[in-house]
Amino acid sequence: MIRTIYILWLRQLKRYVRSRSRIIGSLGQPLLFLLALGYGFGPVFQKAGQGNYLEFLAPGVIAMSILFTAIFSGMEIIWDKQFGFLKETLVAPVSRLNIMIGRTLGGATVATLQGIIVFFISIAAGFRPTSLTFLPVAFLIMALTALLFTAMGTAIASLLEDMQGFQMIMNFLVMPIFFLSGALFPLAGLPSSIFIAASANPLTYGVDGLRGGLGGQMHFGFGIDLAVLTGVTVLFLVIGSYLFSKIEI
Amino acid sequence: MLQKEKTDNYSIEVRNLTKKFGGFTAVDNISFSVKRGETFAFLGPNGAGKTTTIKMLTTLLRPTTGTMLVNGYDPISNQDAVRRSFGIVFQDPSLDDELTAYENMEFHGVLYKVPDKILKNKIQELLNFVELWDRKNDAVKHFSGGMKRRLEIARGLLHTPEVLFMDEPTIGLDPQTRNSIWKYLKDLNGTAGITVFFTTHYMDEAERVADRVAIIDQGKIVAEGSPQDLKKTTGTKTLEEAFLSLTGKKIREEESGSIDQMRMNRKMWSR
Repeated sequence: MIRTIYILWLRQLKRYVRSRSRIIGSLGQPLLFLLALGYGFGPVFQKAGQGNYLEFLAPGVIAMSILFTAIFSGMEIIWDKQFGFLKETLVAPVSRLNIMIGRTLGGATVATLQGIIVFFISIAAGFRPTSLTFLPVAFLIMALTALLFTAMGTAIASLLEDMQGFQMIMNFLVMPIFFLSGALFPLAGLPSSIFIAASANPLTYGVDGLRGGLGGQMHFGFGIDLAVLTGVTVLFLVIGSYLFSKIEI
Repeated sequence: MLQKEKTDNYSIEVRNLTKKFGGFTAVDNISFSVKRGETFAFLGPNGAGKTTTIKMLTTLLRPTTGTMLVNGYDPISNQDAVRRSFGIVFQDPSLDDELTAYENMEFHGVLYKVPDKILKNKIQELLNFVELWDRKNDAVKHFSGGMKRRLEIARGLLHTPEVLFMDEPTIGLDPQTRNSIWKYLKDLNGTAGITVFFTTHYMDEAERVADRVAIIDQGKIVAEGSPQDLKKTTGTKTLEEAFLSLTGKKIREEESGSIDQMRMNRKMWSR
């Protein structure tokens, strides 16, 4: 069982390491966000009395790259469906649950690695974590966020037949999750409708925890952040496993 | 009910198998059996139910009604035992293009729990068998269609299955590759006694290779026997003529995949 999970995990990692264009492409976007938004909105943010915007933004951009990579990794199942590789795994004498766990762990590892790379990129762009005491917590939150959204991607991909639905998922699910997460703006003092939307969004707790882990100001605190992330991750793992076990090809 | 003692002589036994998708009956109450060590061709026009039957035998689809035994195990109640006992080459390629030939083999070996000690030797032996050993470290995306097919055959044999299913294994391949594929299968069939169950649209290949043939049309088996038998009963000279006289000359429509449907939808909308 462990070997099965391991080989599926390893496959996701190998696919990631070999797709250099994908790595470079997925690093360009966070860099653009950091430079354009970080420095562009910096003066306004400063004048509003909120301090350095880049310091505020960097954890949000790290969370963004984890979100995108994780959802994308989960949704790779659609590729496997279309290019036939999924059949190879589904006729093998291994349980669907193990296949789902292996893939999801692999996808989550890739998304966490991506988050760590973006962490270093943001340092290069001028981000300075104010304290490194909670750095291990920050990594834990990255890993949980990655797992959560990989499982979500798996669940969605189990329901879709082909990549046609991908754009819709990006526009109506992934983008709202990102924009309504407090990655770009503080949660304090928001109109209540936006605040409610943000509170119902699991990424909000990932961003909040990550910001705290890197020494910034938190809105909810580690306790709530970790509890919500863990709870929602378990929920999506269960839903994802169920939907994955129902795939017929 | 199927009797236990029969399973010693038969690799595959199917009784009254039916699969319905909504109101459409893809496979309609078919029964047939394949003897151990036999090379069995399952022939039929497009949309006749060949792939659906293979999917049911290989645990990918559940039948609506009917019973099956593959190597003595029931694909419905004993999935893992069935899965361990067969190898399969699907109609469409099913390799991971980003991985190398060797990695694709290794992945399969681990999933099928081939013991570590013999895995390496077995991979080498099979990649040599399909003449791909010197390309073992190349990513599959650089392979030609024929090389991918050969690799899939090697992979399907890695866990030493008793039955090898092949759904149109020679489609779209050049005559050289087709020849070599049938040569591998004849070798296997002769030396390892593997049962081979395949579908094809190339009647000359079926006639040359198969010990026995079943012809399925519109979900029903319309004829079964050796190629000679079928030619005799229809009074024809080749299996192709026999096939046409049994299934008619009308061209069949196959239900399209989701991509084709998408194209259709787009056409309809833009009108």
